[in-house]
Amino acid sequence: MTPDLECLDLVKRFGDTTAVDNVSFSVPPGSFFSILGPSGCGKTTIMRMIAGFLDPTSGDIRIKGGSVLDTPPNKRPVNMVFQHLALFPMMTIAENIGYGLRRRGMAKGEIGRKVDEALDRIGLPGIGGRKVDELSGGQKQRVAIARCMVLEPDVLLLDEPLGALDLKLREHMKVELKALQAAFDTTFVYITHDQSEALVMSDQIAVMNAGRFEQVGTGQDLYYRPDTPFVAGFIGESNRWKGRIERAEGDTVQLRTDTGLAMRATGATLSEGDMAEIFVRPESIRLADHAEALSSFDNRLKGTVTSLLFNGAASRVLVRDDAGETLEVNLPQSGEFASLKRGDTVHIGWGAGQATCFGAA
Amino acid sequence: MTRTILLASTVLAGLASFAQADTLRLLTWGGYAPDDVVAMFEEQTGHTVEVTKSNNEEMIAKLRATGGGGFDLAQPSQDRVMGPQMEFGIYKPMDVSKLNQDLFIPSMLKATMANTTVNGDVYGVPHVWGTSGLVINTAEAGDVVKDYTDLCDPAVAGKVSYRLKRPTLIGFAFAMGEDPFAAYDDEAKYKAIMDKVEAKLIECKPNVKTYWSGGDELMNLVRSGEVTASMAWDTGGWKLNNDNPDITFVAPASGALGWIDTFVLPAKGQADDVAYQWINFVMQPEIAAKITAAAGNFTASAGADEFAEAGLKAQYQASFPQEAIDNIKWYPPVPAGLEAIEGEVLDRVQAAN
Amino acid sequence: MRRHQSRIAFFLLLTPLVLWLGLLIIIPHIDMLLISLRERISFGVYEPSLTHYEKALTEPLYLRTFWRTAVMSVLATAITLLIAFPVAYYIAKMAKGRLQQVLFMLCLIPFYVSELVRTFGWMILLRETGLVSNLLQWVGLADRPVELLYTDATMMVGLVYTSMLFMVVPLVTTLESLDDSVIEAGYDLGGSGLSVLREIIIPHAMPGIVSGCIVVFMLSLGNYLTPTMLGGKDSLWFTEMIYNQFIVRSNWELGAAFGFMLLILSSVIVWGVLRLTGRTLKETMG
Repeated sequence: MTPDLECLDLVKRFGDTTAVDNVSFSVPPGSFFSILGPSGCGKTTIMRMIAGFLDPTSGDIRIKGGSVLDTPPNKRPVNMVFQHLALFPMMTIAENIGYGLRRRGMAKGEIGRKVDEALDRIGLPGIGGRKVDELSGGQKQRVAIARCMVLEPDVLLLDEPLGALDLKLREHMKVELKALQAAFDTTFVYITHDQSEALVMSDQIAVMNAGRFEQVGTGQDLYYRPDTPFVAGFIGESNRWKGRIERAEGDTVQLRTDTGLAMRATGATLSEGDMAEIFVRPESIRLADHAEALSSFDNRLKGTVTSLLFNGAASRVLVRDDAGETLEVNLPQSGEFASLKRGDTVHIGWGAGQATCFGAA
Repeated sequence: MTRTILLASTVLAGLASFAQADTLRLLTWGGYAPDDVVAMFEEQTGHTVEVTKSNNEEMIAKLRATGGGGFDLAQPSQDRVMGPQMEFGIYKPMDVSKLNQDLFIPSMLKATMANTTVNGDVYGVPHVWGTSGLVINTAEAGDVVKDYTDLCDPAVAGKVSYRLKRPTLIGFAFAMGEDPFAAYDDEAKYKAIMDKVEAKLIECKPNVKTYWSGGDELMNLVRSGEVTASMAWDTGGWKLNNDNPDITFVAPASGALGWIDTFVLPAKGQADDVAYQWINFVMQPEIAAKITAAAGNFTASAGADEFAEAGLKAQYQASFPQEAIDNIKWYPPVPAGLEAIEGEVLDRVQAAN
Repeated sequence: MRRHQSRIAFFLLLTPLVLWLGLLIIIPHIDMLLISLRERISFGVYEPSLTHYEKALTEPLYLRTFWRTAVMSVLATAITLLIAFPVAYYIAKMAKGRLQQVLFMLCLIPFYVSELVRTFGWMILLRETGLVSNLLQWVGLADRPVELLYTDATMMVGLVYTSMLFMVVPLVTTLESLDDSVIEAGYDLGGSGLSVLREIIIPHAMPGIVSGCIVVFMLSLGNYLTPTMLGGKDSLWFTEMIYNQFIVRSNWELGAAFGFMLLILSSVIVWGVLRLTGRTLKETMG
């Protein structure tokens, strides 16, 4: 099947800086594709090139198999939901949604029908006569999507559209966006710096850093099987060390961190003497009162609780080991550690399979 | 002991003169109160002089707006004293005995006092006088333009300029053989003269490059050669003559128009004594000569001629042979109502195509 | 006590406004109105009369000048808008950073000198022996000096030049407040340059356009120097007639009547423009 959107060796340079460095990807029809990266990584540049507001320095952009490089933005079968939505404040809601159809020269009656249909679809029937500033943030969000969707684009681009919303609404809109995408059955390309948005909604996520794609995959791939230290560090949270490999046996390695900690970890293509970065997620570390309870783990430590970070289900403890390093450990909410307090001595442990390590320069 | 008394009396005298120090707010023309003259006066008397430069119309408008307040001494032309005084009461009678009358040229003083007398009170004394006539680039238009109406000659088409103001109407009337001053008291007759002038000015309009409104504008037009003949004041012509000997002031065949700028006391003036002091000061021959040098025009000061610059005297004599002096038409006081007639004529000329 | 103090503060703040409005605007206008409604009978004797308004409305010269001034001012406003809009758009939307500031300053610099000097500048450029005339002869486009001054077109140039800034500033301000992404959204959803301009940019800039036009129109209508200096011998401007009546003719009564006609004319036109664009004065100024 032809992908809805395909980027081939896309490069964009601004003077001496390369904003997008040889990026290729393809998005299958009907899928929700996210580009996730810190601000300034080049994700917005990619999106603006797809929409047609920027010309790539080299490479090609194909939509439904055909190159769109020579197509101006107003003729591309791509529409965009802007970061601040960019609804037209001088028009009513119905005029906003009908704008693209009017530009296509559609008959008035048909525009009216389509607009009403779109309003029904986003669950806001009857608001066509209102002004933009009479709507709530979530309503505007839906109108901005409807304004694009009435044009039935091949690809809908969304540029961090949830950024301006408050937390509660953002959580709600994540679910709703996913539902809208399913309802419209259109390919969504979504860019964000918020990993939770990307993880929740996307079929596929590209993690971008410094103009390049680090890894493309499903949320699970990125979370559990990061390809690069950047992905491991960017998605989710981790305790990190740097160390030297002392012994390598297949995928399992024995290493010693710079702070002198001996550790067993997993890392392919590493051999004795290599420098490595090690990532261990807080939820992979087991907490125990006695060292015996951790006998099944490859790595075991004793430490002192320096701080309790209560955050409901995501509560953590900060544990300082004998070497003076502080580790973040998830606090199980089963009640077992309800009496834990600062200064208590605890034992922690984790398996070699949960410690991911990458070669470092 | 004597020293102490001396010192004390000096201090007292200083205090006394300080207490008497006043400000003279003078409403006058550019050049009539040059900085050096003001400085000398201030040094001698301890008073301060604030000079505001203006012209006839604005002077009267300003005094009218305040009912004669805001200034202590003003200098409108003598034809603008009687009418505004009768109409608006903006001046106060002058106590001529406080002036040193010997400083004035007697005939001029007498004439001005007569022209500015309302209900038996004298309101003005003369200061600076001059004429308006023609400024001509003799090399280009000297043969054609001898009188105001020659400005309408096709030979100088597009190269002439004049003001759309009352002196133009009066000048054209004289050049057309009329005597508008004699008709001042006969409104119907004056109107008939003005109708003739209006027709002439409308006919002449295509010949005019532009109607000038400010002295600097005219100077630029003539100096650049864009205009070769224009109605103007004598001093303007003489100034241009310094730069270009071809350009000079010429008294028209029908006679130059003579004006006298006066001293008058505004009705609400607050420093009459200082005003009299100022008049007595500037009418001294040496001071008057300084003013002549600054303004370019001669004053009514008796004996100031001796101190005047030779160049200016020569220019004056070249422009005014004796018969031209005899032929100067002095502006009599303007009766009320005439300006309305003139205004309408000027408006219609400007609107004509 | 607190309340008492806030009342004092309120009156302290209000006083300058009331004094300003009362002493400098309302009272002089009432006085002017009274002057315009009287007729001089003889020395110092006046009677109430409408004769000056009658004269102003029946004398063809006055009427012609009145309408000419109004039409030319509207024209000057329209031309200013046409030139200022692209300029303002470039400054607000296309120029970035330093260039933006420099361009804005360039618009402002002519206003560092007085209007008189600016007008003289034009006269030096356009006069028969001026720069432009010499340049044309030097290039060979003219074989003798060209007089570019003293025409209505020159006067229009002067009026537009004088008013430019007052149109550019409100336009730049409103255009800057238009989010770039709104314009991009216009294109993204299929709009062409023209339709984006018509449906998005102009409606957004409308408050700036209207307030700019009102200011420029008022400035042109009330301009005295430019029409008198650049306009030719046929040029007549209503303010010049007011000046003439007040200062030259000492005919305050007719001058005051003219002044009121001008006030009414500008009020009517401003009101008309606001009605036409469906805006209120509150929206436009506030």
